[in-house]
Amino acid sequence: MNKITNSALYSYLLGMADDALILGQRTSEWCSRGPFLEEDIALSNVALDYIGRARMFYQYAAEVEGLGRTEDDLAYFRDERDFSNLLINELPNFDFAFSIVRQYFLDVHACLYLAQLTSSTDQRLSAVACKAIKESRYHLKRSQTWVLQLGQGSDESQRRMQSAIDELWGYTPELFIMTESETALLAQGIAVNREDLLQDWTKSVMADMKNSNLQIPDQQWKVIGGREGEHSEHLGHLLSQMQILQRSYPGLTW
Amino acid sequence: MKQSNDLYEVFLRSIRGVDHRHVGSLHADTAEQALTYARDVYTRRSEGVSIWVVKSTDITASQEQDMDSFYDPMDDKPYRHASFYVLPDEIDNM
Repeated sequence: MNKITNSALYSYLLGMADDALILGQRTSEWCSRGPFLEEDIALSNVALDYIGRARMFYQYAAEVEGLGRTEDDLAYFRDERDFSNLLINELPNFDFAFSIVRQYFLDVHACLYLAQLTSSTDQRLSAVACKAIKESRYHLKRSQTWVLQLGQGSDESQRRMQSAIDELWGYTPELFIMTESETALLAQGIAVNREDLLQDWTKSVMADMKNSNLQIPDQQWKVIGGREGEHSEHLGHLLSQMQILQRSYPGLTW
Repeated sequence: MKQSNDLYEVFLRSIRGVDHRHVGSLHADTAEQALTYARDVYTRRSEGVSIWVVKSTDITASQEQDMDSFYDPMDDKPYRHASFYVLPDEIDNM
């Protein structure tokens, strides 16, 4: 593999690893705070699925980088500006509705994205996608059920869901923007064309919103910059909590 | 959301060809949701290949006070057990 492809692949993998890790870490904050026991366990399961996914991408990224760094080095010893996750993943949980709507938007996206990635010419990526898509289909079943239930629930649940949708909507365009690395890798059949997913994603989301007594907002604002390391004020706090142990006691193990 | 949701009983089939067995119960708002929770609570360590969930209120159970009329009459009917036959030695797993 030539040098250019190598560095494109590294930043591509790192982006996907960061997406998975940050969402996994964020979702894990629900552990012991879920609305009831069963949902608490289910949320923690989803969080673990994402952390497992992050590990597969980090391990591969570390190998591609070839500097002897490990998955742990990449997760614990990079600073905020070096993280390239999409912004939607780092937003705080706020309330249950917000977490569910975020998860739902990302699940619809993940199912479409991973379906394409299963036919990547990179066999390792294709294998990761085959494993991850099973999890994501399950996540979607869960988040979709919640969207329907809370959208059609009480006035309070409907109001919270709608305000979560309004707040999150401007963070969804970033899901469909191609980076330079992705464009380079797309030409070799390695990466997925995000732009192609927008139509199907919007169609699915609109259908579910309609069934759930919820509306897609009119406003056209969007926030981007996660892939370039330009983050909200929330990521630093999340990282400090996630990284403090390894940074205080480097190499510490269970 | 209402404070307490319905109780569901969970039955798991551990491997193909074996009966579903009761493994426990959980709370959920709908049967579909109960199924997903059952997946997370009872099959995390690959315990099952099939799940049934049944609303606990849909189960009609025999009652403790009916013990006498339900089970005592069977005690003096030993002929219902296949214990009066002499089994050939070849059949040693009955």
